[in-house]
Parts: sequence; C-alpha cells; structure tokens
Amino acid sequence: MAILIDKDTKLVVQGLTGREGSFHALRNRAYGTQVVAGVTPGKSGQDVEGIPVFDTVNDAVTATGADVSLIFVPPRFAADAMYEAIDSGVRLIVTITEGIPTHEMLKVYNYLRAKGVAMIGPNCPGVISPGKANVGIMPPQVFLPGGVGLVSRSGTLTYQIANELTQKGLGQSTAVGIGGDAIVGSSFIDILACFQADPETKVIAMVGEIGGNEEEQAAEFITREVTKPVVAYIAGFTAPPGRQMGHAGAIISGTSGTAGAKKEALEAVGIRVGVNPTQVASLVQEAMAEL
Amino acid sequence: MDLYEFQGKEIFATVGLPVPRGMVAATPEEAEAAAAEIGGRVVVKAQVQVGGRGKAGGVKLADGPAEARAVAEQIIGMDIQGHTVRRVLVEEASDIAREMYAALVLDRGAKKVLAMLSGIGGMDIEQVAHEHPTALSRVWVDPLAGWSDYIARRLCFDAGLGAELVRPMGEVFTKLWEAFTRYEATLVEVNPLILTGDGRLVALDSKFSVDNNSLYRQPEVAAMRDVEAADPQEQMALERGVTYVKLDGDIGVLGNGAGLVMSTLDVVADAGGAPANFLDVGGGAKAEEIVSALEVITSDPKVKVIFFNIFGGITRCDEVANGVLTAVEQMGIAMPIVVRLDGTHDVEGREILAQAAVPNLYVEATMLDAADKAVALAAGREG
Repeated sequence: MAILIDKDTKLVVQGLTGREGSFHALRNRAYGTQVVAGVTPGKSGQDVEGIPVFDTVNDAVTATGADVSLIFVPPRFAADAMYEAIDSGVRLIVTITEGIPTHEMLKVYNYLRAKGVAMIGPNCPGVISPGKANVGIMPPQVFLPGGVGLVSRSGTLTYQIANELTQKGLGQSTAVGIGGDAIVGSSFIDILACFQADPETKVIAMVGEIGGNEEEQAAEFITREVTKPVVAYIAGFTAPPGRQMGHAGAIISGTSGTAGAKKEALEAVGIRVGVNPTQVASLVQEAMAEL
Repeated sequence: MDLYEFQGKEIFATVGLPVPRGMVAATPEEAEAAAAEIGGRVVVKAQVQVGGRGKAGGVKLADGPAEARAVAEQIIGMDIQGHTVRRVLVEEASDIAREMYAALVLDRGAKKVLAMLSGIGGMDIEQVAHEHPTALSRVWVDPLAGWSDYIARRLCFDAGLGAELVRPMGEVFTKLWEAFTRYEATLVEVNPLILTGDGRLVALDSKFSVDNNSLYRQPEVAAMRDVEAADPQEQMALERGVTYVKLDGDIGVLGNGAGLVMSTLDVVADAGGAPANFLDVGGGAKAEEIVSALEVITSDPKVKVIFFNIFGGITRCDEVANGVLTAVEQMGIAMPIVVRLDGTHDVEGREILAQAAVPNLYVEATMLDAADKAVALAAGREG
C-alpha cells in the first residue's frame, strides 16, 4: 500500500528539460519510479535519456496514461502549469516550486478542490514511498520501507527525522512534505486521513512549525478521525513574532501561530510532542512497541 | 511585508477610498510646514509598524503649525515597543461621529478571503469579538468568484448597521477589495473606519500587509520597503539574498533548510544557549554561499560562536565540508565554529574536517551534541 504514490504511479514531469527538472526526474527514475513523460512546450519528439517529451500535459497523459504530475517550473509560470495539470486528467500534482504568489495559490487551491484533484506543495520536497516510488527532491538513501507515516511542512527536517527513524530500524510507509507556504494543496488533515486509511501505516509522525493553525486543526481532526498513534514535533519555539522564518508560511501573526499554542493543542488531545527530532524518533519507537 | 500607515493610505487614495488629507514628515520643520499647508487643527501620528502607539504617546493633536512642530519634536525619535519613530504623518483632524472596523484577511485555514465588518471600531478587534460578538460580521469570499455586492450587504445587516449605511459601505468594500487584489495583500484593515459628522465614511487608519512572494510583480509596493529601518545585518542579508532573521543571542546559527534551522534554534535554546540569528543557506555546499552567509553572521558583534548545522540530503556532507574549509580559510575566522554533519556522506565529510585539523573547528555528528558544544563554548566553558 503506502499513500499517494507507489510502484504503479506513472509520472509526468512539467519542466523536465530544465536543469532541476531533469536532475531530479532522473534520480526519481533511478529509484524505480515510472517516469513516463515530460512536458516542455515546443519540444515534443525530443527525449531526456529516453523519457519522451510532449508539448502539452494533455498529450502526455493521453499517450502514456500518466496519473501524477511533478512540477518544476519557475514561480511566475507555476500557476499556469498547475491549471494545465488539473485540466489534463492527472489525479495528483506535486509542485516543488518555491515563491508562487499567494493570491495565485488561493485560486489554484479552490479550483483544484472543485475538480477533485489532489496536490502536494508548493514549496515542498515531494513524496516518497520507500522501496516503491520517489516523486520530488527527497534523498532516498535516508528512507527505509516500514510502518511510519511521516508528514511535514519542512524538507530537511523531514530528512533529519526520517534518518533518525531509519537508524532505529523504523521504516516509513510514505513521507510527505506538504510544503512551507501559507496556502498548500494538502493540509495535515488530508494526509492524516490517507495514513489512517492505509493498512501499511502503523504510527504517524507529524512535523509542524510556526504559522497558521493547521496543527491545531489537525489535533481536532485526530481526536475525531484518527485511531492510529500520532507523534508530533513543532519547530520554532524561539521564533520572534511577525518575522518570516525562511518558509513563506512560517510566521507568527500577533499571538496566533506560535509553537507553544500548537504544542498545547496537540498535547491537550493526548498526542505526544517531542522536544527535538531525536526525541520524536524515540517517541515513535515507543508508540510502535505499544502496538 | 508590512506597510506603514501612510503607505497603506497612499494605496487607499489610489483606489479611491477616502482618507484624511495628510503629509509625511521626517523632521519637526517638515511637520510644521505640513501643518501650515493642511491648515487648521491636525493630528501628528508616529509611523511605526506596531500597535499601541496611541497609548505610548505617539499620536497627538496640534492646533496650528507651531504646535505641530513641538509635538513632532516629542514624537520623532521616540521608542515605541522597540521601534524608533523616524517619521510622522501629519493629517487634518477629523470630525468623528462613529468609529467602525472593516477588514479583508487572507484566511490560511479556510483558503478564502475573510471579510469583516464591525459597527464598533477604534479598539483591538479581538476585544470587540470577545466583548461584543454580535457587532462583528464575517463573510468568507471565494477567490474564484471574487467580490460581489451582496457580501457588503450581508456584512452590514449581520453587524446590525442601519440600512442607510449599506450603500456607502458597499462602496468602501469594493475599493478595499480592489486594493487587496491589485496589490496582492494578505491583510487590509481599517480601524477605525469613521463616519464623519457630515455622513462620509473615511479610513482613519490603515494596516496593510502584502505577500512577499508577489513583490517581483508589484514594483510599487516593493519600492515601499523600508531598508533604513532594518537592522544592519538584515540589510546586508537582504542585499545578498540571504534568508536571515536577527535574534539577540551570541550563537550564530546557520543550516540547510528553514525547518531544520528553526529546529536548531530551539535545540540551542534548550541547551541553555541564546541563538543570535536564523540563517538558511539552502543547498549550502558552495564555498562562496557559505562565505556570504558567514560574513552576515560575523558582522554581528554579539556573535561569539558559530553553529553550522547540516543534514546532507542531495547535498553531500563531503562537499559541504570542503566548502566550510575554503570559507574559513578565506575569511580567517578566529571564533569557534561547531560543525554538525549528518546524512549523505557524513563520515567522509567529518573525516575531511578532522584531517584539516583547524584548531577552532569542532566537528560533531548529532544536532544535540553540537548544540551542547556550541553553548559550552559560548559560555567560555570550553575552547
């Protein structure tokens, strides 16, 4: 099982012929992901090390049956690329691009929800189902197949925690970087629901950070809908209010969005919150042992 | 990016939302001249991006130019919650019959734009929501549908405003929506929105935040960035395109990835130390990027120790190790540098640093050990 992507996933890469796009698409393919197509307008008929290039996503989907699109195009063209993917029949879009204007994302989000298409990102590292498929820019060597579902707003923090889990022999069903922007396609809740429904996932690790109230919403959702054990981590206890901490979405507005408030909301519903990434791995190990 | 009151009001004026006549002054002399030009009674308002300036004495009435000058003398240079007042807005005094509140907010949770209206204004809106919950109305706007006149009608009737205000309030909201969308705001707040004695709606204050991701296509707004107000290190970081936030401790922190760096600051604080900054070097392997980042950090005189936290993913630790060595050699940094290398090719990376045997370079394998080391060095317990 795993969630979102697996061995059967057929990937089309928008921006395949760019430097980033080709570098990561070839890495994803080397991991075993079926990278079936690329899209660059005006370059149909070409290929990138055997991956055929099409002019439009529609052509790529029609010719190859691609069901997931990975987007690497620059911020100013990203909304257009996402609309094209939504209208071309893929079921999932993974947008790596950082720096997309928030007003664009507001519209894209509402459009894709209305169309029933799922999206991970933007400003995210992608998704990996260890041993099955890797879609995005995550380094596969720190992951191991197993029963921990990992969901995070951060890239390197995901690798850090996955690595600590892997070193303890705790593999992952799927790791999802939902992205560090204020508006992202999938929230913690969307991914928690997937992990809850996935038989392979035994324990869920959720990695949040300052800004917004998604962690609080997740806490409320977990009490209602999630029966599997959840361990959490929140970054940004030392972040000053009103300052954007790297990620566009990582900002405390007034008194809302603080790490303390998030930790409190999670602990109030019985979720264990680790004080550092190492402790998170230990808490996951404890939760696994209790099963 | 947050705008000053006067900048927000410039935008309001551009979209046709009435604001009091006003001029910005950086000196008491300019304030005097502004008051003379405006004529009559004026209000002198400190321009700071922080609430509570009224209580702090940053807003004062003045009868005529001489008094405006005297008042500006008191306000300019004043410290309001750590913000130094460098400019005042001199405005014609308004005849206030009623204070209300209007706002458009990008609601991250709902992924829609939240429109709010209250018949009570001039105070903190959270207080209004708490004490007079029925006075505050809310409607969530679908960004695909955009603004529609019914939204303002519903806001007015739900907030219990009289039918006579529905039409003028509709115009106010249409203009606020225009400002919100044209300038890609994340927040536009008018508090108070006043009803004057002669029945006009006027924006007496402005709180305006814009989306940083949109600045590349919002040159007018980008030009409003107040570079002088930024701290020297932050100014330097901005010029170099380094993602940096100044804090007030003595341990300079840099790492790869925003989440990891935030986590590093927390781990340093947990170990009893005080981080001096947030700095994300991104990919972070190239010597010139590391030099650029370290120059920003070491320009802060408070920094005593540097903590470089790297988790190697696609970026390999051996590449980072070589980058660090080149940077340290090139800059001749004398203060202790704790480097934590973990992840891809970490053993090789640590070996490269060990071989180099740089006396002030300490190499650790875990984030927690490295934080302990950095804190001990900063406290003078080791070194």
